[in-house]
Amino acid sequence: MKKNLIILFLMIIFQIKAFALIEVDITRGNLNPLPLAVSPLSIDDKSKISFEKILKKENIGSEISIIVENNLRTSGLFNPLSKDAFLQAPDIANLKPRFEDWNLIKAQALITGKVTYVNEKLRVEFRLWDILAAKEMMALAFTTVPSNWRRVGHIISDKVYERLTGEKGYFDTRIIYVAEEGPKTQRKKRLAIMDQDGANNKFLTLGNELVLTPRFNPASQMVTYLSYFKNLPRVYLLDIETGTQEVVGDFPGMTFAPRFSPDGKKIIMSFAKDGKSDIYTMDLENRLVEKITNHPSIDTSPSYSPNGKFIAFNSDRSGYQQIYIMKSDGSDVRRISFGNGIYGTPVWSPRGDLIAFTKLHKGKFYIGVMRTDGKGERLLTENYYQEAPSWSPNGRVLIFYRETKTNAKGEGFSAKLWSIDLTGYNERLVETQTDASDPSWSSLLSN
Amino acid sequence: MILSKIFKNGFLIIAACLVLTACATKKEVTTTTTDDTTTSASTSTTSTTTDAAPKISGQMQGDTYIGDDTVKYLADGVPDRVFFATNESILTTASRETLRAQAAWLRQNSNINVVVEGHADERGTREYNLALGERRANSAKDYLMTYGISSDRISVLSYGKERPVDAGSTPLAWSKNRRSVTVKAN
Repeated sequence: MKKNLIILFLMIIFQIKAFALIEVDITRGNLNPLPLAVSPLSIDDKSKISFEKILKKENIGSEISIIVENNLRTSGLFNPLSKDAFLQAPDIANLKPRFEDWNLIKAQALITGKVTYVNEKLRVEFRLWDILAAKEMMALAFTTVPSNWRRVGHIISDKVYERLTGEKGYFDTRIIYVAEEGPKTQRKKRLAIMDQDGANNKFLTLGNELVLTPRFNPASQMVTYLSYFKNLPRVYLLDIETGTQEVVGDFPGMTFAPRFSPDGKKIIMSFAKDGKSDIYTMDLENRLVEKITNHPSIDTSPSYSPNGKFIAFNSDRSGYQQIYIMKSDGSDVRRISFGNGIYGTPVWSPRGDLIAFTKLHKGKFYIGVMRTDGKGERLLTENYYQEAPSWSPNGRVLIFYRETKTNAKGEGFSAKLWSIDLTGYNERLVETQTDASDPSWSSLLSN
Repeated sequence: MILSKIFKNGFLIIAACLVLTACATKKEVTTTTTDDTTTSASTSTTSTTTDAAPKISGQMQGDTYIGDDTVKYLADGVPDRVFFATNESILTTASRETLRAQAAWLRQNSNINVVVEGHADERGTREYNLALGERRANSAKDYLMTYGISSDRISVLSYGKERPVDAGSTPLAWSKNRRSVTVKAN
């Protein structure tokens, strides 16, 4: 058991089901985010001193509440109010808020809580209150190792998000991406991983060889990516816990564009030979390789449907890049993109109903979504260059990368991660230490 | 003080002039703009030319690079690279000539093996461009093979859009980047 990764839900104190309590609709662009108050988690002096010693944080209660606040704000659905306006002390608010006070500052929901140091562990309890109905909506407590304190903030955020929107959150997650440095003609690229909010950034490779397109296994902490190790571009498998890596399959040429099957048991990828690229799968248990497409065209960027029964992919068999879907055995190939322009990087939504893609039309790049029959195309964002969307595990947010146009001297190039809601609202720069590209969003780490 | 100010301003003006003239000469090129992966439909809308003959504008013919800014030589008279049109892997007449020179050089130097590196421009998705680079490199390899070079002497390596030679964001820069380069392997 990886103790440090697993947060024990010790007990659920009690949970009152909603009748007419607040709800946030996340199916539409939310231009009026719900005002809520995130009270600093209260902490007793003794615990405060203990955590200060271990974590070098003056007040871990406020630190956790800041994480919650930032998460909820970046979701675009909530508007955390300034703490300066709070009238009630954290410890008293957690026992029983004076709803009138919170109502006065226009908060519709309130999050309170308490942190304690118990048996070398960090114990947190938190409550979500409906201010207008003057009711407690949720109360939870859990215990973990102190070093997991950021994850505590993310888990609280997920619980609040789920309680208020009716859908799972996406905060206790990580992003794997390619960190980029150096001139455009000679980029140094390293695999990097960070928490969804940019914290705990870690480089996983040294940059000695080119690495591209890392993707998370939806079922474990494994990653598949393309590495130019020894100038042989091949798909690799990396265990991010142990750091062990291996080449996937034994192909006499370039393998690329890898992704996991939804159960995490197979890798699907392209193999290029003699100017043709076809799609293959490899079973990670028995190492069996299967050829899925067989066409003289370029077939690449495969992505499974969440039930594993279909594969969306990119092919230029019509003359230009378009999106196709087929059964997972390669039969029943159907083109689904018929709009103006060319289409690439299809990625099936974890909810199953949509396919995200990159589109190039009249010199502009778009990130968009369409239904799995190709109908209902919606373009979410337009830019000089952007591609490679990856879904948040709840299928509500897309992360992708964007590159800038250089000036006449070829200067000013940068690559950055951005996110946007499925609604087309809430477009945000995702801060990274270096330039960044090829993001892939993990599943929820807990539950 | 004043002199240095005037000097500075003067310098700025000269710099501005340079930028402006640079823009003016670039203009011709941009009229035939296309992206590495633009469809035929959108090509007709982005390019304003209606002439049937490919437009020759300075360093590009159609949108294939014909200059030699970036070209290196494997030996005297043996250029190391050939250029491709947007989204294409077809060899132009000039490319075939270059490759025939490479084949002749390889026949004379039977101890030399080569890697043909295939590249794409920045205007396409990364994964597709990897495949496109591989296709371009194979196009060059196949031609070398038809001129008698054994396939075991030629390996291919696609870099997709990862290793541009020109960092610019102009049709001319992209045309230089759509290339296959023959590199000595030993």
